[in-house]
Amino acid sequence: MKWQTLATKKGTACRVLEGGSGAPVVFLHGAGGLLGDNPCLDRLAQRYHVFAPEWPGYGESTGEDLLEDMLDFTLHGWDLVEALGLAKPHLIGHSMGGMIAAEMACIAPHDVAKLILVSPAGLWMDEHPIPDIFAMLPYQIAEALFHDPQRGQALLTGGADLSDMEALKEFYIGSQRRLAMAGKILFPIPNRRLSKRLYRLTAETCVLWGRSDRLIVPAYAERWKTMIPHARVEVIGDAGHMLPYEQPEAFVRSVAGFLG
Amino acid sequence: MKFTWFNLMPWPYLPDDFRQKHRSVWVDIPSTLYDPKKGHHVYHEYLDQLEYAETLGFDGIGCNEHHQNGYGLMPSPNLIAATLSRRTSRAALCVIGNSIASYNPPIRVAEEFAMLDVISGGRLVAGFPVGTPMDTNFCYGQIPALTRDKYREAHELIMKAWASDEPFAFDGKYNQLRWVNCWPKPIQKPHPPIYIPGGGSIETWDFCLDYDYNYSYLSFFGYLRGKSLLDGYWERVAKRGKDESPYRAAFAQIICVADTDAEAERLYAEHCLYFFNRCLHVFPPFGDPAGYRTMATIKYGALAQLTAARQKILENLTWKQLVEERFVIAGSPDTVRQQLEECIKGLRIGHLFCLFHNGNMPDWKTRHSSKLFAEKVMPHLRDMWPEWKHDERWWMHPMDDRIRPEERQPGAEKMGAEWPR
Repeated sequence: MKWQTLATKKGTACRVLEGGSGAPVVFLHGAGGLLGDNPCLDRLAQRYHVFAPEWPGYGESTGEDLLEDMLDFTLHGWDLVEALGLAKPHLIGHSMGGMIAAEMACIAPHDVAKLILVSPAGLWMDEHPIPDIFAMLPYQIAEALFHDPQRGQALLTGGADLSDMEALKEFYIGSQRRLAMAGKILFPIPNRRLSKRLYRLTAETCVLWGRSDRLIVPAYAERWKTMIPHARVEVIGDAGHMLPYEQPEAFVRSVAGFLG
Repeated sequence: MKFTWFNLMPWPYLPDDFRQKHRSVWVDIPSTLYDPKKGHHVYHEYLDQLEYAETLGFDGIGCNEHHQNGYGLMPSPNLIAATLSRRTSRAALCVIGNSIASYNPPIRVAEEFAMLDVISGGRLVAGFPVGTPMDTNFCYGQIPALTRDKYREAHELIMKAWASDEPFAFDGKYNQLRWVNCWPKPIQKPHPPIYIPGGGSIETWDFCLDYDYNYSYLSFFGYLRGKSLLDGYWERVAKRGKDESPYRAAFAQIICVADTDAEAERLYAEHCLYFFNRCLHVFPPFGDPAGYRTMATIKYGALAQLTAARQKILENLTWKQLVEERFVIAGSPDTVRQQLEECIKGLRIGHLFCLFHNGNMPDWKTRHSSKLFAEKVMPHLRDMWPEWKHDERWWMHPMDDRIRPEERQPGAEKMGAEWPR
């Protein structure tokens, strides 16, 4: 897969990881961004034409000050689709990306082919309060996100040596920048009233969840099913919130099973 | 020099094992640790001390705003200042201040500060902090990355509300008000002196200089560590071509005075250690949510005040360390005077926020230390800046014929008063 940088009409400059051929699939990353290695996307690109944009504030993408609220984020998603020259792509959104993808599908229901939401944010259940990712120590983040936190920690840091002060500082700055952006739609509670708009969602939808998701627990999968009655729900074992990274094979198998 | 007697109003009954049992004194501290009946006595003791400070000759008495914590019991500093406005008449009421990004709508701050200025006869010193991330983001739910933008807008609205003589419409991003018409207005014109308390965000320097506000660096880690930050500020002042009046800057310092250095340790050590060990025991992520500090500040290298590394330091602090590193200026009047001279000159500050009550310090020790300071230290430090002696730009300008309620019995029956019939 290779990187390209696109300008959107609004004025952001976004880096997009692109590869493969076939039906166009846009993958929207979660609050942590794309990682150093993204085997889930490599595998996906063996079957589809994959586009994975980095959101402003992530990696080399800029223009974060232009996006302030949920509507800005949603329209930016469509601005990207337009800048990529795509018509009616499939959308896959992971976590925060799932929240954005669901919003995109509500605001422009006829412009989505099929929709896949992977442990999406965006709903809130009082009986299952989502842990506050903005108030976590680094090791707690890995514990919340991964079925296997030790392996997860290594995935998050991309193998960087964080005992090195410079490496640590760089990692810290990147992480602060990413979460500052995510906070605009996730802080203090990741609920921007998407539930009021889900009635508009008509695209065929598949909801994927990791069985050991400790951040947004699988009870939320049921909630999504209630909100989108036509959705198919699949729960995958040995996977936490970072399902696409922990079980890339199973993830792609489910995606392919749904998209065809 | 101007001296303000400040009380953070900590909860003095945090248990000995607080640090081990609880992760944070702020945000998610169990509220069962608070006892309202004890709280009744605590508030009155602290308020009495502030009133006592006026009688000792302090120029100002100070309070500030914090939420959901055992570090400072003033969710509403305006309530505290309101009680003081009826029991004092000479000292400035330094409310440092209202976290204006959290108010909805912030016109409330314009109104309440105006009320305080009017009731006190023009003695308000008005602080506009961004607020700690614990308060503004985690307790009051403001989005970190938008907090500063919201702060700027709130500031614009308040200042416009004070300045305007006509109702106006305010079409803000966070506040839309068709009719802004501040009643009452402050006595001090064009507005009360404005203080911007900062923890170390470099954007704050330019903001203060744009409007000629006082920059108050509030750190508990003493003047030796505060120096690099204030040096940065003064560099910025010079670069902007502003005059170098020391009254542009204020600094907060913990001060403990006793007859001798050894006596200071005997009297105050346990209470200062209580403050550092328990009152500053903040779960590090609460002190540094992504987006609260700008990229410019992070890259400048200013570390967050409450990092995990700093928490480690706090855990093992000794009195020796507190004193040697000047987190605390403590000792005989001579020792304190000499160190404060260093602090005032080194930081180039015209205002000192003096913290005499620390942690769980009992009333008598607080008063003892304050009195020794007022009698044996303060007079020697008054004229540190002779060339700026008449610079009153950053201080209150009260009415001359203001009422002195503390000298009257306001609630008593008015004997012989003529009532219109």
